[in-house]
Amino acid sequence: MADQTMSGADALGGVDRIRENYLAMARTRRLYGGLMLVVFIALMASGFIVADERNAGGFWDGVLNIFDFPAEVLSEAREKIANLPGLMVKFLPSLVETLNIAAASTLLGAVAAVILSLLSTRGLARYPALIGVFRRIMDVMRAIPEIVIALVLIFVLGGGPVPAMIAIAFHTAGALGKLFSEVNENASLKPLEGLESVGATWPQRMWLGVIPQVAPNYLSYALLRFEINIRASAILGFVGSGGIGYDLRNAFSWGQGRYDEVAAIFLLLFLTIVFFDQTSSHYRNKLVGRV
Amino acid sequence: MLELDRLTKTFGGRTAVDAVTLTFPKPAMIGVIGASGAGKSTLLRMLNRLSDASSGRILHEGRDVTALRGAAKRAWQAECAMIFQQFNLVPRMDVVSNVLHGTLNKRSTLATLFNLYPESDIRRAIDILDRLGIAEHAAKRAEALSGGQQQRVAIARALMQDPAIILADEPIASLDPMNAQIVMDALRRIHDEDGRMVVCNLHTLDTARRYCDRVIGMRLGRVVFDGGPDELTTDAAREIYGADAGFSEAATSTAIDALDRPGPAAAVVAAV
Repeated sequence: MADQTMSGADALGGVDRIRENYLAMARTRRLYGGLMLVVFIALMASGFIVADERNAGGFWDGVLNIFDFPAEVLSEAREKIANLPGLMVKFLPSLVETLNIAAASTLLGAVAAVILSLLSTRGLARYPALIGVFRRIMDVMRAIPEIVIALVLIFVLGGGPVPAMIAIAFHTAGALGKLFSEVNENASLKPLEGLESVGATWPQRMWLGVIPQVAPNYLSYALLRFEINIRASAILGFVGSGGIGYDLRNAFSWGQGRYDEVAAIFLLLFLTIVFFDQTSSHYRNKLVGRV
Repeated sequence: MLELDRLTKTFGGRTAVDAVTLTFPKPAMIGVIGASGAGKSTLLRMLNRLSDASSGRILHEGRDVTALRGAAKRAWQAECAMIFQQFNLVPRMDVVSNVLHGTLNKRSTLATLFNLYPESDIRRAIDILDRLGIAEHAAKRAEALSGGQQQRVAIARALMQDPAIILADEPIASLDPMNAQIVMDALRRIHDEDGRMVVCNLHTLDTARRYCDRVIGMRLGRVVFDGGPDELTTDAAREIYGADAGFSEAATSTAIDALDRPGPAAAVVAAV
C-alpha cells in the first residue's frame, strides 16, 4: 500500500486536476442531456400539433369516440354469444390456410436469412469484401412493405396464397437476416478456429461451428417472426390472398349484423398467438436445456 | 454490535447454513474460511439481505435485521456494504458513476435515473478513489480497468455508502497475488483507520492469518472453528476443510513470499 499512498501524494495537484476535469465533464454531460430533453419535448409537441391540425376530425374531438367501435363490436358479439363457437369452427379452415402461409413463408425466409446473415457478419463472411452488399440487399428486403410485393404478385400471378407467401418470405429474409447476423456476432470464433485447423470448408465451419452456438437464439427469433407473420398473412387476406383475412374483411365491410363474426375471428387469432407463444417458449427452453 | 442467532438457510432439502450463532462485540476484521459450498457466501448474502434467512435472526445494535422489509431493508443494505468476487460493477459506466452508486439509497430515484448527483458527492467519490490510489482512472469506463483496479472501485463504492459493516465475498479470488495484496491492504486500512467492521470470505489460509483479527471456519454450513489467527494451525485447517494428513497449505499458496516464509506470520498485520 505504501507505494500507492506515495503515488497519491505525488499527484496531489493531480487529484485536484482530475476532480475539476471530471466535474467539468459531468456539467457538460448534464447540459447536453438537458438540451436533448428540450429538443425531444419540442419535437413531440410540434409533431403532435401538426398531426392534430392535419387530421380530418381533430384529435381531441375524436379521442372520446375511440372506444365506440370496440364497444359496438363487443355489445353485438355479446348479444349473439351463442353463435361464437359455431362461427369459430366455420372459420377454422381459413385459419389453417393463414397459418400455412405464415409457416411456409417463415421457413423459406429463415433459410434465406441464415445464409444472408452468415454472409454479412464480420469475422464469418465468406467474401468479406461483399459484406456491405449483402447488408444492403437485406435493407432493401426490409424496406419494401410486404403488402406492395403482394399486390404486384397478385397482379402478375393472380390471387391466392402463393403471392402472399412469397411476399412475406421476402420480408422475413431481410428482417431475420439482420437479427441473425447480430446473434452471429456474439458467437465465439474459437470453435471455428478449431474446425479450420482440421481443414474444414466454409459451409462445414458455418454449419458445424456457428449454428450449434446460435441455434437457440435463431429459433426464438424465428418463432417471434412466425407470430408476426401470422398477423401479416391475415392482413394480406384483405387484398385477396385468401385465408382468415379475407373472411375478416367481408365481416367488417358488410357491417350490419356481422360483428359476431369479427369477434369470432379476433378470438381465433388471439388464441392462435397464445398457443404458439406458449409452445414456442416451451420448446425453446428445452433446446437451451433448462425446461 | 452484531449478533447471529441460530441463523439457518435451506435450499430445497439442502441446508447451506446450519444454525450459525456468532457474537461480534466490537468492529473487527473477521475472516471466514471453508471449502467451496461450506456456506460462506450464503452467510454473507444473508447478512446483506440479498437472500432471506430460512430461520434465525441477525441483530445489529439490538435491532432485528432479518425482519426488515421494503425501505427499511434497503436502508440496512446501504449500511452494510458488499464487495463481490467478480466486482459486480456496471461495466459501461465510468468509474466515478460506479462509485456514486453507493449513494443510491439516499438519493431520489428520479434524479439518479438521470445520473444527477450533488457536486459534493462527486468530490467525495474522487477523494475516496484517491485514497485507494486509482483517482487517475476516474473518467474511464469500469470495464477498461484491470481486475485489481475494478475491485478497488468496488471498495470505493462500498466506502461511498459510509457503511458500519463491509462484507467482502472472496474479494481476491479472481486476482493475481500482487493485486490481491493491494486489495487486502486496502480492506485492512479501512478497518484500522475508519473503525468499520470488515467480514471477509477467503480462500487462502495465509491471507486469513495475515490480515484478520478473528477467523471463523465453516464446514458443511456449521461453524467448526472460531479463534484468533494464531490458533489457525495446520490441524485446525484440516478439520475445517475435512482434509486428511496429505493436506499441505504450501502446495497451493498464492502468497508471493510463501516460498521463503518460515511459518504462520500473524505479526505481519503490524507491518500494514
